[in-house]
Amino acid sequence: MAIITAPPPARQAASVPSASARRSRKLRDNLTGHAFLIGAVICFALFMWYPMIRGVVMSFQRTRRGETTWVGWDNYTRIIADPSFWTAWKNTLYFTVLALVLGYVVPFLVAILLNEFRHAKGYLRILVYLPVMLPPASALFLFKFYAYDPSEAGLFNAILASLGLPTSEWVQSPTMTMPAMVIASTWMNMGGAVLIYLAALQNIPGELYEAAELDGAGIVKRIWHVTIPQTKLILALLAMLQIVATMQLFIEPLILANGAGTQDSATSVAYLIYQHGFFQNDLNGAAALGVIMLLVLAAFSAVYVRLSTKEN
Amino acid sequence: MSVPQYRKVAALALVAGLGFSLTACSTKSDDGGQEAGGKVTITVDCQPVGAQKELLANWNEDVAAFQQENPDIIIKSVSVGEQCNNPPDFTARLAGGTMTDVFYGYMTDVQQVLDAGQAMDITEYATKENIPTWDSVDPALKEVFTDGGKLYAVPVKNYSMGLVYNKVLFQKAGLDVDNPPKTWAEVRAAAKKISALGGGVAGYSEYSAGNTGGWHFTSLLYSQGGQVLSEDGKKAAFNDAAGKQVLQNLKDMRYGDNSMGSRQLLQWGDLLTNAGAGKVGMFIGAPDATQAIVSQFQGKFQDWAMAPLPGQDGPAKATLGGGEGYFFKKDLTPEQVKAGLKWIAYQKLTPGKGQFDYERAKPQNYPVGLPQPLLFANGSEAQKQEFDLRKANANLDTANFALFETNPVPIKGEPRNAQAIYAVLDSAMSGVLTDPDANIDALLKTAEEKVNQLLAAGS
Repeated sequence: MAIITAPPPARQAASVPSASARRSRKLRDNLTGHAFLIGAVICFALFMWYPMIRGVVMSFQRTRRGETTWVGWDNYTRIIADPSFWTAWKNTLYFTVLALVLGYVVPFLVAILLNEFRHAKGYLRILVYLPVMLPPASALFLFKFYAYDPSEAGLFNAILASLGLPTSEWVQSPTMTMPAMVIASTWMNMGGAVLIYLAALQNIPGELYEAAELDGAGIVKRIWHVTIPQTKLILALLAMLQIVATMQLFIEPLILANGAGTQDSATSVAYLIYQHGFFQNDLNGAAALGVIMLLVLAAFSAVYVRLSTKEN
Repeated sequence: MSVPQYRKVAALALVAGLGFSLTACSTKSDDGGQEAGGKVTITVDCQPVGAQKELLANWNEDVAAFQQENPDIIIKSVSVGEQCNNPPDFTARLAGGTMTDVFYGYMTDVQQVLDAGQAMDITEYATKENIPTWDSVDPALKEVFTDGGKLYAVPVKNYSMGLVYNKVLFQKAGLDVDNPPKTWAEVRAAAKKISALGGGVAGYSEYSAGNTGGWHFTSLLYSQGGQVLSEDGKKAAFNDAAGKQVLQNLKDMRYGDNSMGSRQLLQWGDLLTNAGAGKVGMFIGAPDATQAIVSQFQGKFQDWAMAPLPGQDGPAKATLGGGEGYFFKKDLTPEQVKAGLKWIAYQKLTPGKGQFDYERAKPQNYPVGLPQPLLFANGSEAQKQEFDLRKANANLDTANFALFETNPVPIKGEPRNAQAIYAVLDSAMSGVLTDPDANIDALLKTAEEKVNQLLAAGS
């Protein structure tokens, strides 16, 4: 104990640079790095952190007649009491679940299918990825005016009618609004997920499939016993990312359903924030709803971060 | 240059560059508008966009002429889009404090502008000295922009709604163009005949999204004698027989007769696009709706006419009125306020100039002869001058608007908190227009609860 606590010999102290000298040396060495970092830090501070902090502060304030006052939890209680609050959450969760069923499974199956092709692989990949390159607003207007036209002139209705099936009013029908939005959203976004799945599928050693085939496994069993276990981490990560992305549902209701849709069937949480902030002269209420949404998304993101850490 | 030196220089250049770019991004306009030589500068928004070639040329011509008349004033024009007040943009600019010195707003924006603390009290400056026609401006319009005895904006446009109808479709359907529907039962009968023409034509078309559904519900409700809010403004008052009748009429036309077309959830541009394409027989709107149909949606003036708003069993009990004005940003200098008022007076409130320069507008694809705006009070000198000029330069058949003009319906203003209430009422409108089984009582009850909650929260 005495040895440990004894002061270091004077000679040794002289050879070690002082703490401030070490810091300034370190700073000099990394000057370029710090300079490059400043840009990113300033950008993040100005456009991400400051607005976020400001949003949280605003959610506890109220501005009337140019005077801002602290109102505690008033904005939160008011926004939670808004009947549209629960409708918006219900709609958003419904969309998230539907998007998981459709938007999550379909890209995986498409990736498996593409992976099986021997020819025209590159061409097919481009084809699948093409909608991602289309501006979302243009893609949604295509759906709105071309595919989802409620008359029999609409693409989907024309197909249904030619098959002798009943037609739909699509985004005009309270029950079909969400499925219609999920179909459009899946078509727009699945390209990215397909490419990620494809990369994961190509990392699966071919011997595993060969062994499974020798054991008499058909395509379903090979997917179930080889493909899914080998890609489960990617599957889990993409599921988390998808949940976080779909819960921010905004542009689909805005364009396809002109906002709230029929009888609020398209109102999402993000759209409700927009409605409060920009149409109802209630930026403080919008900020409170934004904070609530942030907390919910943060919970999902925490799961995502845990999974990422596990992967590392 | 050695490597460490090179790195230092690169780092310094990067930091300096960043500093410069941030400086360049910042805006600084609070120089009091006073420039060397005693000139006063004001920024004004709502300059027409590039696509509106004639309107933009007119505006620029007005600015040049005004500056020549007032060499001490410099007008800096700012365009904020084709629709001068697109609510999301407007709110963002208001919240960010980036409005121009003199900025455009709707009559329904007064509360929002005051809450944002962005408007200046211009009561002491709004005088005949700065606005020569001020005494002729309709006092009711000034009142709309007055709060607590203080004036915050100068009215520059007003409107009221009536029944807009397509004469060509009326003729094709065998209807009398000179005897348009006077009651909602007649509208229903006419809509049925027009939609029977086929080809995707809607006999009657109505909004139900983007807050426009609630806006039109209000006008339809007024026609029935109803009101959106109670007298004290604290409770919703539309869940009554009048409100139910409004929705029942629409439901009957939509699902009883199938005379409103299949595409619903329409908002402003959607309906007018269909109208411009000759696919709408009737809708309710203000006279300037025909202007939008022609200038923005490729329709033709001669196809359209206007009648007073129908009522349930006779003339409408009232119609919705609204309008626009120019606010003044807080903290302007007295010189800037005076300069702004002079500009508004010149461009918006002088017969023969600016928006009332009918001689200039006559050969352009811009209507002269519409019965509105009616900015000047009845019997005032300015009103007489404006009417004479309008009549002398009319480039459309004023007979098309004669029924609307000669049968005025009492005008009621928009409710307090209008946009928030309209958003709620959209849901009731979309309910009856998209669901054949919609329960009108339930739709109105839900809307009533929501509006009451809104009002309670805002009080």
